[in-house]
Amino acid sequence: MTTTTMTMAKALNEGLRRAMERDPKVLLMGEDIGKLGGVFRITDGLQKDFGQDRVVDTPLAESAIVGTAVGLAIRGYRAVCEMQFDGFVFPAFDQIVSQVAKLQKRSDGVYTMGLVIRLPFQGGIGAIEHHSESPEAYFAHTPGLRVVSCSTPNDAYWMIQQSIESDDPIIFCEPKSRYWEKGEVDLENPPQGLYDAVVRRVGTDVTVVGYGSSVKTMLRAAETAQAEGVSLEVIDLRGIAPIDFPTLVASVQKTGRLIAVQEAPRTASISSEIVAELTERCFYSLRAPGLRVAGYHVPYPPARIEEEYRPSVGRILDAVDRVMDFEG
Amino acid sequence: MIDEELVQLLTPEGERVTHPDYASTLTGEQILSMYRDMVIVRRLCNESTSLQRQGQLALWAPIQGQEGAQIGAGRALAPMDFTFPTYREHGIAWCRGVPPEDVLRLFRAVSTGGWDPQKYRHHVPTIVLGNQVLNAVGYAMGIQRDGADEAVLTFFGDGASSQGDVLEAFVWASSFNTPVVFFCQNNQFGISTPSSTQSRVPLFRRARGFGFPGVRVDGNDLLACYEVTRAALENARAGGGPTMIEAYTYRMGAHTTSDDPTRYRVDAEVEVWKHRDPIERIKALLVREYQTRPASFEAVAEEAEAFALKLRDDVLAMGRPDPLSMFDHVYAEPHPLVEEGRREMAALLAQEGAH
Ligand SMILES: Cc1ncc(C[n+]2csc(CCOP(=O)(O)OP(=O)(O)O)c2C)c(N)n1
Ligand SMILES: [Mg+2]
Repeated sequence: MTTTTMTMAKALNEGLRRAMERDPKVLLMGEDIGKLGGVFRITDGLQKDFGQDRVVDTPLAESAIVGTAVGLAIRGYRAVCEMQFDGFVFPAFDQIVSQVAKLQKRSDGVYTMGLVIRLPFQGGIGAIEHHSESPEAYFAHTPGLRVVSCSTPNDAYWMIQQSIESDDPIIFCEPKSRYWEKGEVDLENPPQGLYDAVVRRVGTDVTVVGYGSSVKTMLRAAETAQAEGVSLEVIDLRGIAPIDFPTLVASVQKTGRLIAVQEAPRTASISSEIVAELTERCFYSLRAPGLRVAGYHVPYPPARIEEEYRPSVGRILDAVDRVMDFEG
Repeated sequence: MIDEELVQLLTPEGERVTHPDYASTLTGEQILSMYRDMVIVRRLCNESTSLQRQGQLALWAPIQGQEGAQIGAGRALAPMDFTFPTYREHGIAWCRGVPPEDVLRLFRAVSTGGWDPQKYRHHVPTIVLGNQVLNAVGYAMGIQRDGADEAVLTFFGDGASSQGDVLEAFVWASSFNTPVVFFCQNNQFGISTPSSTQSRVPLFRRARGFGFPGVRVDGNDLLACYEVTRAALENARAGGGPTMIEAYTYRMGAHTTSDDPTRYRVDAEVEVWKHRDPIERIKALLVREYQTRPASFEAVAEEAEAFALKLRDDVLAMGRPDPLSMFDHVYAEPHPLVEEGRREMAALLAQEGAH
C-alpha cells in the first residue's frame, strides 16, 4: 500500500490529474483555473501540463460554464466545472436544474450528463459574504442530480475521480475550510463507493451524522463527550444525494439516538431529510426523537460572528444531552 | 493622440489635448479639490491594505490606478442621482459622502452591507458579479415612472461584462430607454483572466449592438472621465437613454489582498502603466497651468495622513457585532423561524455567559 501525506487541496489536484491522464475526454473549465491555478490552487500546474484546451480559463460567466459543459457532454466530453465559490453557483442554477438534471430523461437516455460541478462550500474561513454558503440542499432536492462531499484528503483524491468517471452529473462539494489540512492518501486502493457513508468513530450511545467541514467538529464533540462518559458514533455522510441510509439505519439501530449536523440553514435541508427518513426507517429502535444541529434561518452572517452560526462542539453536545436525557 | 477612439483631455504628461466632442469645464479650484479626493482615496487603500495585513480586515480590494476613473465619474454625479457599485467603488463611495469607515465594514467582516444606501444614494456593494447592473436598470425604470430629473450610474468590471445579467441589463435599458449610465472600468483583468478573454472587440463597441452609444475614455484621465460621465448622465436625465462608458485603465495592485499577481502578469506591464498614473498627471497640470505651489500639495498630503490615522482608529474601534444581530432585518415582517433561532441563540449565549 502506497500512502502519502498531503492536503485536501493537493489531493484534489492529484485526483484531477489522474482523471485527466486516464481519459483524454476529461477537461476542466472555470474562472482563473489556468495560470493562477484557481483561487484555492486546486488546479495548480494542470494547464501547464495539459494545455489550454483541457484546462480552460473561461470568460466570467457561470451559466456559460455549465451550459457549455452540457454541450460538451452531448459531444462526448467530460467537463469538470469549477465554481469559484458556493455563492457564485447561482448564475448557473438555471442550466443545472433545467438542463443538467433533466437531459438524460428528456433524451430518453440517449444522452449521458457525465459532468462534475466542483463547489468550494461551507464557511469557517473568515471570508466576506457569498464566500461561505452551503447550497447543497437545492441540488439534493432536484431529481437528476447527485451530490457528494469529501471530508478527508483520501476521500478528496478518490471521490473526485469516481465523480468524473460517473455517467451522471455530480455536484461535488469541497469543504474549503479543510483544504489545507493534511491526511494520508492511499494512492492505490479506493476506500469505498462514492455514496457510501463511513463510520469515522465507533460509538454506542448516539449516532452523529454530518458531512464536509462538520465531520471534524463532530469528532471533536465525540472526544469531549467521551470524557463525560457518553459514546458518540460519528458518521461521515459523503453521499448527500443519494444518502446511504442502510449505513445510518445500522448505526441508529445500535445507538437508538440520532443527531444530524450541517452548516446550512435547518429548514428543508439535508439534516431534515436524515431525521425524517430515519424516523420512518428506525421507528421502533429510536429511543429519543432525532435532532438537528444546523445553521439558522438567516443569510450567512458576517464572518466576525460566523462561529455562532456554524454548528459548534457546544451545540452538538447540547443536543447530545437532550437525546440522552430524553425519557419517552 | 494615439488611439482615436479613446477620449482623452489630458496626456500622461499632464498636457491638455482637445477632443471634438468633449471639453474640460473644470476650474483650477475644482481640479485641485478632485486631486485631493484622489490622494485621500489612494491613502484609504494603502491604509486598508496595511490593516488587512495586520489582521484587522478579512480582505481588501484596492483601487490604485483607478482613482481618476472613480473620482472623475463620482464628481460628475448630481446629488439626486443614484449609484450601484461593485465591491471596488471606494472612490465613488467617497464622492457620495459615505463615511470611509463604513466602506470598511464589509471588509472587516462585521457587516454584509455597510451604510444606509438611501441616505447616500449609493447602493450597498454587490459581490455577485453583474447582479447590480440589472438592479440599476430597474431603479432607472422607477425614475422614468416618477418623471424625476435623475439618472443612475452603475459600475462593473471587464470581467463582469461577460455575465448574462450585464448583457440582459443592456437589452432592458435599450428597450425601455432608461436613464442609466453603465460605467465599466476595464482594468485589464478579472482576477487573473485578461480582458481579451472577455471580449475580442473593445468593450465599449458592444453598446452599439444593443442600440445605445458606447464611449471609451482614458480611465487614468480625471478630466476626461468627468466630462464623459457628466455628458452621459445629462443625456440620460434629458430622456436620451443609456450610455455605456468604458474607462480604459489598469489595476496597479493585486485583485485583492488574497491575490498573487506575479502568477499571471509581468512587471514590465505594470511599469508602463505607472507612467500613466492618474494622480501624477493632474499634479503636473496643476503645477503647469495653475501654478499650484508645493505647499498646497503638502497640505493635501498632510490631510491624507491625518485621514488615515483617523480611519485606522475608527476601524479598530469597530466592535464585534452582537451575534443576535444576524436575526435582524432578515424579513420586514415577523417570521417564526427567525424568532425561534433568535431565542435559541440567546439562550445559548446566556448559558455560555453563565459559565
Ligand atoms: C458571479 C461571480 N462569479 C465569480 C466571482 C468571483 N470574483 C470576484 S471578483 C472577480 C473578477 C472580477 O473582475 P472584473 O469584473 O473585471 O472586476 P475587477 O475585480 O477587475 O474590478 C471574480 C471572478 C464573483 N464575485 N461573482
Ligand atoms: Mg477587471
